[in-house]
Amino acid sequence: MARQTTTGQRALVTVAAWGIGILISFPIIWTVLTSFKTEATAIASPPVWFNFDWTLQNYIDVNTRSDYARYFMNSVVISIGSTLLGLAVAIPAAWSMAFQPTKNTKNVLMWMLSTKMMPAVGVLVPVYLGLRSMGLLDTRTALVIIMMLMNLPIIVWMLFTYFREIPGEILEAARMDGANLRNEIIHVLTPMAVPGIASTLLLNVILAWNEAFWTLNLTTTNAAPLTAFIASFSSPQGLFYAKLSAASTMAIAPILILGWFSQKQLVRGLTFGAVK
Amino acid sequence: MATQRAHKAARLMISPSVILLLAWMIIPLGTTIYFSFLRYNILTPPASWTGFENYYYFLTDPAFIPALVNTLVLVLGVLAITTIGGILLALLLNMEFWGQGIVRILVISPFFVMPTVSALVWKNMFMNPVNGLFAHLFRAFGLQPVDFLSTLPLLSITIMVAWAWLPFATLILLTALQSLDSEQMEAAEMDGAGWLSRFIYLTLPHLTRSITVVVLIQTIFLLAVFAEIYVTTAGGPGYASTNIPFMIYNVSLKQFDAGMGAAGGVIAVIIANIVAFFLMRAVGKNLEL
Repeated sequence: MARQTTTGQRALVTVAAWGIGILISFPIIWTVLTSFKTEATAIASPPVWFNFDWTLQNYIDVNTRSDYARYFMNSVVISIGSTLLGLAVAIPAAWSMAFQPTKNTKNVLMWMLSTKMMPAVGVLVPVYLGLRSMGLLDTRTALVIIMMLMNLPIIVWMLFTYFREIPGEILEAARMDGANLRNEIIHVLTPMAVPGIASTLLLNVILAWNEAFWTLNLTTTNAAPLTAFIASFSSPQGLFYAKLSAASTMAIAPILILGWFSQKQLVRGLTFGAVK
Repeated sequence: MATQRAHKAARLMISPSVILLLAWMIIPLGTTIYFSFLRYNILTPPASWTGFENYYYFLTDPAFIPALVNTLVLVLGVLAITTIGGILLALLLNMEFWGQGIVRILVISPFFVMPTVSALVWKNMFMNPVNGLFAHLFRAFGLQPVDFLSTLPLLSITIMVAWAWLPFATLILLTALQSLDSEQMEAAEMDGAGWLSRFIYLTLPHLTRSITVVVLIQTIFLLAVFAEIYVTTAGGPGYASTNIPFMIYNVSLKQFDAGMGAAGGVIAVIIANIVAFFLMRAVGKNLEL
């Protein structure tokens, strides 16, 4: 903004913005703080803020008692596996739609978007029964495939909006200089496409990591990712706030950090390019 | 020749995506429609043809009307909180202040918290009537703590879901605000336009499209809220916090009535399609090829 603001105004806005920022993220801050308390301090009344004996015991407990590593690995395999599979299918499609659009391209894109509108709960029964009859309930394979199908429209759309910004003339120039198709792809297009592919990868890993309809309904123990692991705290026994906090912190930390890096892509990816 | 070959290559490159999505649409959806006409209990097959009976039972189930109303209240409540809150927050964050980057990160963070974590953190550490922070706060003012999830279950879930979506609305509206022409603003200011009229005649029209997108995309996700209910109230007490997805889940996988669950699924698809129609128009308008 070009207009001048006085230092006083700026200080006032700073206080307001920081206040609201801390208020909004407070549940996260409080969870992280609680994860370092003992169970007794976690429920102390009045609440204890910073002056307690910080402990890592909850993290140790969660890891040793609950096989946390397995849930974590399931989350990693499902979110990254489904995204890579989705990229492999979507890159050629987005590529050809961006560089050789036909009169049907828009219709195909809109139709892909429309599949995303189908509520998951509408197909819960057949998907559940189908997987059961194939013996695929509670397997990573089933979740990787379903998560890939869930996110495929977003992946195609995001890639399409990125690829469309690569100027077509650059290809012609390369061709003039005698580059064949293989060289064209390796030396000209790939370097320009990598940032878009990386952003798409990031956002879709986040979406798949946090997905909590299919993961809750199609897994029990073997393929259960972190969403399902945390859900198991919904019927607790005894004191558990600190352990819940430790488990939650571990479940959200990796994705929170990835998320901070993908703010811009988030807007673009989730609005299907309508807001940039 | 060359263009024909190029077209063929293009079709070959697109077809895996199209075939997969087509299969993902047609096979489960077709099966859902088929099941919805069967009397089909998962525990005691075989199934038998029953016509529209499942639809009749689903629509007259004592849970249906509460579930439909709860779904609407949840969607509209969260939409109201997130769009109004989002506009105000975006206006604030668009001003100049120290530490913009960090505040942005603080504001956006809730969006990255998985639904089961956010629901359980709110339920236990904030809304619990004995040990929750709200209970501590109420007691500090000499008030009786409220048992949020049993007395105000739908409001509690609305708060949890709105907390997750407020950052999304804020981020998109902020992105839109940043593309607002500041020269126009200055000109209006010099012509003596006040803060409010500048907001109503310049800022708001500029934001209209982004607000539409925010509303429509959130609606798609909000119609499908499930995990927050699953780990907190399980739809209760009674049907007080049951929405349509949770009701279908209950019928299908708790009462094992696949036929009636499928009928509910078809109804959910119809509801979503009405919303989708408007979203597609809004997004499609922007897609120039």
